[in-house]
Amino acid sequence: MTATAARVLAQLRHDPRTLALIFVVPCALLTLLWWVYDGSPVFQTIAPALLALFPMLIMFLVTSIATLRERTSGTLERLLTLPLSKAGFIGGYALAFGLLATVQAALASLLLVGPLGLRTAGPWGLLVLVAVLDALLGTALGLCVSAFARSEFQAVQFMPAVVLPQFLLCGLLVPRDEMPAVLEAVSRALPLSYAVDAMSAVASDPHPALWGDVAVVVAFIVGLLAVGASTLRRRSA
Amino acid sequence: MTRPPAVVVEGLTVDRGGRQVLHGIDLTVAAGRVTGLLGPSGGGKTTLLRAVLGVQVVASGAVTVLGQPAGSPGLRHRVGYVTQAPSIYEDLTVEENLRYFHRVLTGRPVRTRAPAHAAAGGHGGGTAPLDPAVHPVTDVADAIERVDLADHRHDLVRRLSGGQRSRVSLATALLGRPELLVLDEPTVGLDPVLRASLWDLFADLASDGVGLVVSSHVMDEADRCDELVLLRDGEVVAQDTPAGLLRRTGTSSAQAAFLALVTHGSPGSARGEDAR
Repeated sequence: MTATAARVLAQLRHDPRTLALIFVVPCALLTLLWWVYDGSPVFQTIAPALLALFPMLIMFLVTSIATLRERTSGTLERLLTLPLSKAGFIGGYALAFGLLATVQAALASLLLVGPLGLRTAGPWGLLVLVAVLDALLGTALGLCVSAFARSEFQAVQFMPAVVLPQFLLCGLLVPRDEMPAVLEAVSRALPLSYAVDAMSAVASDPHPALWGDVAVVVAFIVGLLAVGASTLRRRSA
Repeated sequence: MTRPPAVVVEGLTVDRGGRQVLHGIDLTVAAGRVTGLLGPSGGGKTTLLRAVLGVQVVASGAVTVLGQPAGSPGLRHRVGYVTQAPSIYEDLTVEENLRYFHRVLTGRPVRTRAPAHAAAGGHGGGTAPLDPAVHPVTDVADAIERVDLADHRHDLVRRLSGGQRSRVSLATALLGRPELLVLDEPTVGLDPVLRASLWDLFADLASDGVGLVVSSHVMDEADRCDELVLLRDGEVVAQDTPAGLLRRTGTSSAQAAFLALVTHGSPGSARGEDAR
């Protein structure tokens, strides 16, 4: 597992522009958001939700393209002829991108609570924790979904198909309990809803009860990674 | 030939995309010899090689590799595979690629300065012990040296030429001293000098006891092989030594022999008889 993680990180080291994009883009977007609202209180309510969204979105894209490249270049097929376990492969990617996700989410949330002046009722450390989990969720989703994409074109389209519905239903635009019953039920099956709930809890509650939401997000991460590993086939037609 | 065969294929049938691409073929690959798998593009060469690796879903028949069913976990560190397109990481250097594949193969990181007891048995991850003579650092350096890329060790693969990339891909297959090497068109697109030096390398490896299966659609590479398998439209047209093939068909080149076999058929080629 560490072999693959170290290799993925070495690849990124040779690609500093991608690294910079991963770390800078969420921060730049949050700063833009802050500027757009120009000090209005709306920023205080939507920034935590977008802190849940941006890292997940970016890590989803990066991860799904990276693993798709592995499939199309033939390196995955070769690796599966070697003594490398499927869990070792998926775990290696999760570890490497998880590390990036952690740095990215930490930078974005520190920017929010620091220079951008987001005031959270709960401890801001929890905000960082939830942001990191969201980024990990994006990584796990990307690993899982890339198995179903045959080309880069398809992989990129999975982003609006998989992530944006979660965004529409996460409760930011319309509170989830005010949605039509069917949509509310669907939103309960989507991981981003729980991530945004956890974020809102930290933002508005001095003693946020977020462990239930966090547990659901962690369960999604583990489940998606397991599905991702199970889609790897040593034999193909 | 006292060694057991490296590969035995019996009645192998493979369907791909609703079409039968291999029609119940039989062949053997000897250890310590270079077996050339020749034939036109689209004839089923890659499918056959994938079946030997055990990555191809097969409809029926048996493929036995080094005494075990193809694709057995126990074969994963004993068989080296080079796909037609170089399957290596473009955004790593030559050496980083090899170090990674070495680590996957052995389950152990390649230290810059290996400890004295280097390369003792494998552990964790279900890896089996390797030849104690295979020192991780020298193994990587050796593989790079053998494909003549020592000068490009620290270059990113992305910056290498097509021919150099396919040699990096070949080098990764040499790691850990596999007993069988399966090479899918390893010499395509290489200049004549380089091709000759690779065929020398294959002969070297064979004399060390490695079994090699090398596919090619370039017939003039036939005389560098110890044994030839001619594959066409998913059937084995002939399996023989290059000299035997020429004698049997009364021709002077592998190209002519192949043409003679597919146009007239040959009474001597038992395996060619069932071809339509």
